[in-house]
Amino acid sequence: MNHKTFFWFFFPTALAMILFIALPLTSIVSQSFHAPHEEVLLVAEICDPFGCEIETTIDHEATQSLKDSQPLGKWVGFQIYSDRNHLAFNEVAKFWQSKSSFTGFLSSLNNLPFYRAMGFTLTYVIVVTPLVILFGLIIALAVNSLHRHLKGLMVFFSLLPMIVTPLVGSLILFWMIDARGIIGSGLQELFADPTLSLKASTGLTWITLIVYGVWHSAPFAFIVFYAGLQTVPKETLESAMIDGATRFQQIMHVVIPHLAPLVAFVALIQLMDNFRVFEPIVGFSAEAHATSLSWIIWNDIGQEIRLLSSAATTSVLTIIGVVILLLPVLIRTWREFNPEK
Amino acid sequence: MTSNQIKRPFGLQLLIYGFVLLWFILAAFPFFWTMWGSFKVELDFFSKGDWTHAISGVRTQAVYGESFTGAGYEGAWIQEEFWRAFSNTAIVCFFTVLTSLTIATLGGYALSRSGFRYSFWLLIVALVFRALPPITLVSGYLPPFYAWNVWGLLPTTIIVLVAINQPFTLWMLHSFFQTIPKELDESAMVDGCTQFQAFRHVIIPVMWPGVITAGLFSFLLAYNDFAVTAILLSQENQTMVPKIASFMGTTQTEGNVMFAVAAVVSAIIPLFLLVLFFQRQLVSGLTAGAVKG
Repeated sequence: MNHKTFFWFFFPTALAMILFIALPLTSIVSQSFHAPHEEVLLVAEICDPFGCEIETTIDHEATQSLKDSQPLGKWVGFQIYSDRNHLAFNEVAKFWQSKSSFTGFLSSLNNLPFYRAMGFTLTYVIVVTPLVILFGLIIALAVNSLHRHLKGLMVFFSLLPMIVTPLVGSLILFWMIDARGIIGSGLQELFADPTLSLKASTGLTWITLIVYGVWHSAPFAFIVFYAGLQTVPKETLESAMIDGATRFQQIMHVVIPHLAPLVAFVALIQLMDNFRVFEPIVGFSAEAHATSLSWIIWNDIGQEIRLLSSAATTSVLTIIGVVILLLPVLIRTWREFNPEK
Repeated sequence: MTSNQIKRPFGLQLLIYGFVLLWFILAAFPFFWTMWGSFKVELDFFSKGDWTHAISGVRTQAVYGESFTGAGYEGAWIQEEFWRAFSNTAIVCFFTVLTSLTIATLGGYALSRSGFRYSFWLLIVALVFRALPPITLVSGYLPPFYAWNVWGLLPTTIIVLVAINQPFTLWMLHSFFQTIPKELDESAMVDGCTQFQAFRHVIIPVMWPGVITAGLFSFLLAYNDFAVTAILLSQENQTMVPKIASFMGTTQTEGNVMFAVAAVVSAIIPLFLLVLFFQRQLVSGLTAGAVKG
């Protein structure tokens, strides 16, 4: 295909991505360096027979002309990045100086919205991703050894937690773990503690969200590994068996190496998807105990007065996080493509 | 075959069946429980004292004389106008899938047939775009959309969803088109077709399995989206998912949780049917990227 034909075939999709992904990206970067204009105030001393008062009024005309002359807002450089709601350099430095111990420092960081969200997001990514791979693998091995008819049924039901809208899925579980719901009241019976509530403490909320994450994503890993199991070379398995390998050894030395590239694929997709964790926090109303980077962006935009500059700043920081997360993959692809280097 | 002929020890067999049963319950039970409960009154759905009430519907019987009631559905669909959200979702999904398939088919085909270096880099850029959480882009949309007065409209949201869909759909269709032999369209071009004619007459007739699979995933992305639709749509144009989220605030305080439960179940049913009819395509789509490696 020559360049010209390629261009015309690729033009519509490129246009869509440039206009609605690339341009918004540049726009959020620019927003993150600008703050909205403050209203121009007029201060006048008004005197009447009872004395003089200083009165402050908003100069609408001047405000409007300022907005027109600088539509992006006031240039503030890295001021929004370093404020308390984002990287909070001053606060962090203060905490570091007055820290009594390292854990004490971490817990005081937890009072800063950005670091709090970062803490949960990273914990979620680090805990959920390996658990999803592990459970997906176990489910795949178990289902693969079932009878043919049962396999289809299991695939059908396993797809449900993954396909279902994340907000809807988390709401369903939220109602079940409610103190009056079946799981919530069941747990109360189990631990003989009528005040037990999964929503009350930070630790339990985090566990709930992580369990939800594994429940939601394990099917994906399962399906991928299950498909991989269908192509395990029979001859290798047989010769391993003849050589006296136990079932466990067969899995460890034949099946898992065969699935290794799939593990990398699932890990990549899961890292990307878990890093954007957001809907379960809304669904479980968990914002008092757990916030994520996506959630604080949403929270800024969802305000009565949309805090676009603040949201844009967090967005830029989140995107930097995504790129760092993807860097190993990108470097590997780069090396594969430029083997001479 | 041979590996299956060796009998597993009974203990292992039991462990496997036990585990599969456990996973089956974990995966399916919440949905059936909530569907069943959506036809009860709130005191049955949340029955702290005796969980069997949720199954038998004792309180529901006391209120409505029957152990099932459609009151939650009536409240959600008619009183809270969930039908409007449903039809908005239908419109958004239909046009998102249609547009995104049309342009991604052309783009994916071009990527799979171009051996130049830039096609590789375009795929890498698409991968990075795919990794961006959609909500990070939203604050970039708002100022221009307000300025052009297109905020809150369905077409605006459809275009945004199409664009967000592109990276993923492009990847999927690219790997699908690579499985179609190049010789097919090359021989058509030897016979005097232009590239586009070859695409139209040779590729289009054989591309439907891949396009349907890609369409299913675009549909799911549009249907399940919350971040973009919740912020870019005005109240009356809301789709189902943001509508359900707004139920959480309003109905919870008014004691109409069952409206939200009914709405949630209504939103699940189409997905249930989708999995039922397109299970094979969904599975092949999920593994498409993986098998390629």
